[in-house]
Amino acid sequence: MIFLRLFLTYIKIGLFNFGGGYAMLSFIRHEVVDRHGWIGSQEFTDIVAVSQTTPGPIGINSATYVGYAAAVNAGYSPAMGVLGSAVATIAVCLPSFVLVLAVSRCYAAFRGNRHVEAAFAGLRPATVGLIAAAALMLMNADNFVDGKSIALFAAAFALSWRFKLHPIAIIALAALAGILLY
Amino acid sequence: MYLSLFLTFLRIGAFTVGGGYAMLPLIEREAVGRKWMSREEFVDLLAVAQAMPGIFAVNIAIFIGYRLKKTAGSMVCCLAAVLPSFLMILAIALFFTQVKDNVWVSKMFRGIRPAVVALIAVPCLSAARTVGISRQTAVIPVAAALLIWAVGISPVYIVLSAAAGGWLYFRLKGRL
Repeated sequence: MIFLRLFLTYIKIGLFNFGGGYAMLSFIRHEVVDRHGWIGSQEFTDIVAVSQTTPGPIGINSATYVGYAAAVNAGYSPAMGVLGSAVATIAVCLPSFVLVLAVSRCYAAFRGNRHVEAAFAGLRPATVGLIAAAALMLMNADNFVDGKSIALFAAAFALSWRFKLHPIAIIALAALAGILLY
Repeated sequence: MYLSLFLTFLRIGAFTVGGGYAMLPLIEREAVGRKWMSREEFVDLLAVAQAMPGIFAVNIAIFIGYRLKKTAGSMVCCLAAVLPSFLMILAIALFFTQVKDNVWVSKMFRGIRPAVVALIAVPCLSAARTVGISRQTAVIPVAAALLIWAVGISPVYIVLSAAAGGWLYFRLKGRL
């Protein structure tokens, strides 16, 4: 049952996501592309691009899109796809809900707790690794079709890192370059 | 009050492009500016929201909602923060599945895909800088990335073992 699997998978994604949207990507990809095959590798990259150009957190955007695509790719109607969207989006928020309510009640005990701090000292550097894994997983033949792809990667990297150009501007330029080059 | 919370977070959800951190200044302006809480309280809340799993912006919305109007308030804020992106992505999903085989769209995405990879590589480097990765600690992110990417280990285990490793390290050093 696709809806139950979507629900459980996105609960897991919501629960184990530390370190923000980009760290979440390697996680989401592992689950929805490698493990369940709900969407293809290229489609995943496309969703990330769409997420970066639309409002809202990447975690929500991907849940909404994958929920829809997974249901439709499994042979359900678009209306059931909307249900898949809702299921995945609610599931990704649910752990936050339970945890925030729990923490709000024992706020003082959690904040500044040495055991919690120590665990986070280990988690923070690992988060960098999670983001790196997301980038490495996307460096594949689906996304890099030829030498022009590598040039586009280098140009986008330089524009973002050196010139701090906004991601939307970079994606718009890359789309334009795609039309001109291919 | 519920309506004002709902509209505030709806606006925040609709107008912030580029992830949770882009939402921060907006949320701060609303929460502190409307005297929902003091600046110190807001900063404390951020630290806790950041330390928790889940989507940062959603955590903050739930926190503020709970602080002001308990469970009902947190539901209102969460729903409002999520709704704009949900509706927009849904519209795109319905539309994108129709146009993705269009020749122009496929050309555009052929250009966009490598750029997206660069847009993930950059925050990886800036996160490394923020966290303060040194020569000694560099082994942690490198090992984590390789285990996920090359070995195919689920990130769940990386997160769990990194947290356990951090705790164990301080324990063995006698600081816990």
